[in-house]
Amino acid sequence: MVENRPWLTFFSHTVLILGVIAVAFPLYVTFVASTLTLEQIMQVPMRLLPGDQLIENYSQVLTGGSTKGSKAAVSHMLVNSLVMALVIPLGKMSISVISAFAFVYFRFRLRMFFFWMIFITLMLPVEVRIIPTFKVIADLGMLNTYAGLTVPLIASATATFLFRQFFMSIPDELAEAARVDGASPMRFFWDVVLPLSKTIMAALFVIQFIYGWNQYLWPLLVTTDESMYTTVIGIKRMMVGSDSANEWNLIMATAILAMLPPALVVMFMQKWFVKGLVETEK
Amino acid sequence: MAAVSFRDVRKSYTPELQVIHGVSMDIKDGEFIVILGPSGCGKSTLLRMVAGLETITSGEIAIGDRVVNNLEPKDRDIAMVFQNYALYPHMTVYDNMAYGLRIRGLSKDDISVRVKKAADILELDKYLERRPRELSGGQRQRVAMGRAIVREPQVFLFDEPLSNLDAKLRVQMRAELQALHRRLGTTSLFVTHDQVEAMTLAQRMIVINAGRAEQIGAPLEIYANPATVFVASFIGSPPMNLVPRDGRLLGIRPEHLEPCAASDAMLTIDVDLIEPLGADILVYGHVGDRDSARVAARLPADALAQAGKLALRYDPANVHWFDPKSGLRST
Ligand SMILES: Nc1ncnc2c1ncn2[C@@H]1O[C@H](COP(=O)(O)OP(=O)(O)O)[C@@H](O)[C@H]1O
Ligand SMILES: [Mg+2]
Repeated sequence: MVENRPWLTFFSHTVLILGVIAVAFPLYVTFVASTLTLEQIMQVPMRLLPGDQLIENYSQVLTGGSTKGSKAAVSHMLVNSLVMALVIPLGKMSISVISAFAFVYFRFRLRMFFFWMIFITLMLPVEVRIIPTFKVIADLGMLNTYAGLTVPLIASATATFLFRQFFMSIPDELAEAARVDGASPMRFFWDVVLPLSKTIMAALFVIQFIYGWNQYLWPLLVTTDESMYTTVIGIKRMMVGSDSANEWNLIMATAILAMLPPALVVMFMQKWFVKGLVETEK
Repeated sequence: MAAVSFRDVRKSYTPELQVIHGVSMDIKDGEFIVILGPSGCGKSTLLRMVAGLETITSGEIAIGDRVVNNLEPKDRDIAMVFQNYALYPHMTVYDNMAYGLRIRGLSKDDISVRVKKAADILELDKYLERRPRELSGGQRQRVAMGRAIVREPQVFLFDEPLSNLDAKLRVQMRAELQALHRRLGTTSLFVTHDQVEAMTLAQRMIVINAGRAEQIGAPLEIYANPATVFVASFIGSPPMNLVPRDGRLLGIRPEHLEPCAASDAMLTIDVDLIEPLGADILVYGHVGDRDSARVAARLPADALAQAGKLALRYDPANVHWFDPKSGLRST
């Protein structure tokens, strides 16, 4: 703000601080709960200072899950989640970048037809087509497999559409210059189009990583075997029923573990992410 | 280096939309040819057909003794400089120049020698590690030229390469282009809509109007003897005056008009506008009523120019006659 108006500064800071509290306080409570014993949590009011059970709680969930609910080790779930959160963005991007390239730089028969077919799937997120998709995956014997977890989520048009829009904004003259330079279409793709898409790919990766990591409904349907649980599902499976029966300290520890990887990805990719959203190098 | 020839070259984008209506021309080895015409007349289309970026609808284009109609751009041995430079934004200046050579499979040492040499000629040595967006417009322009030079092609193709530069830089680059051509002697086709650029650069030029070659020749020859009304009114600043006379069009250049006594007047105009330029004075006016022929005269700086009637005369030897219907010269 350019003007110096004390009450305005005061007001805006108040709003910001309230916002931070609204977002950060639940996270803090989650963390505190993950360091307490179950008895301490059940006391009313719950104490708001971290307890001494940090190591115990976390090593318990990482190696043996909860004692009353699911006993699957969270460390294994983290691996499953990671596989899912990596395969989905990488699979999505490699398919869509190449199909977007075809749509923008080649004239083939039924090109617009195919484009619109893909485009229409934008309107059909997983949740809408979940029953038929489940049937297909089940019939193919892909329940409780990594393929079953990831393939249906890889198929979506968002990334294809984004890359297409981006490629269309690359000047035609660049493709022509490459042609005069003697580059074949695929060489142009590798040497020019891909490097120019770096930032947009980074942004997409972050978004899709989080999307993959946070999947709930789909893994809930296709994983029945403990060894295939993802972390998010693991949390759900630890809850066994009424409020008091749940081991909240272990559940909260798992929740914290589930939050860390996306947060780390955002932190480390932030520079790239912001670049990809605001600036295109052309 | 190589000669280039057009034989009745035509181009239609769609069956109804023909944009080049049969251009024939022989360009000698090492010649600097300017393709001049107003915007949208088909200059770029013509050049892009030579480059292989557009198909040739009918007719033939030959580079050297090869008809290139069905060759890919890379097999035509040409290099092109684009209006927006079309530099690869993520590559350094060095890589921009080296890219085509790498694809051609030249050795690292060869590439380095060629790029260094081009950078030397274009004074880009200091910028080899920079990226295009860290360069000024003029420097980018040079990189685009460097990319063409390193290839050592048979023919250079330029599509309005100077039009994105400011006026001063344009004049400077014009001079550099001339020097470059003297040094390398490569056959060059240069597209522009700017007649000053064409006059100063061309050894010969081809004036295009609506997809037809109106006239081909050396700049001064075209200036002195425009073949059509279009050429007469397109070349020269201000262009040739065209005044209806006895059912024909009388053409006279502004600098061939001089003030005289009213009794000697061969042309009398009502003055609309006087522009003193220092070296001379431009006087604009009209003959007869307001919306009839407009006339410009370039008078010596000391001429007495004022509003009202101005009597002018000319040497009949400097007059050109045109047929208003066909637009052709009628001696
Ligand atoms: N790809 C294209 N498809 C259809 N028409 C085109 C295409 N490219 C150019 N044209 C038309 O051809 C004519 C000549 O264009 P161009 O050669 O670019 O003109 P110039 O370079 O002289 O300004 C214009 O009328 C333009 O609209
Ligand atoms: Mg053009």
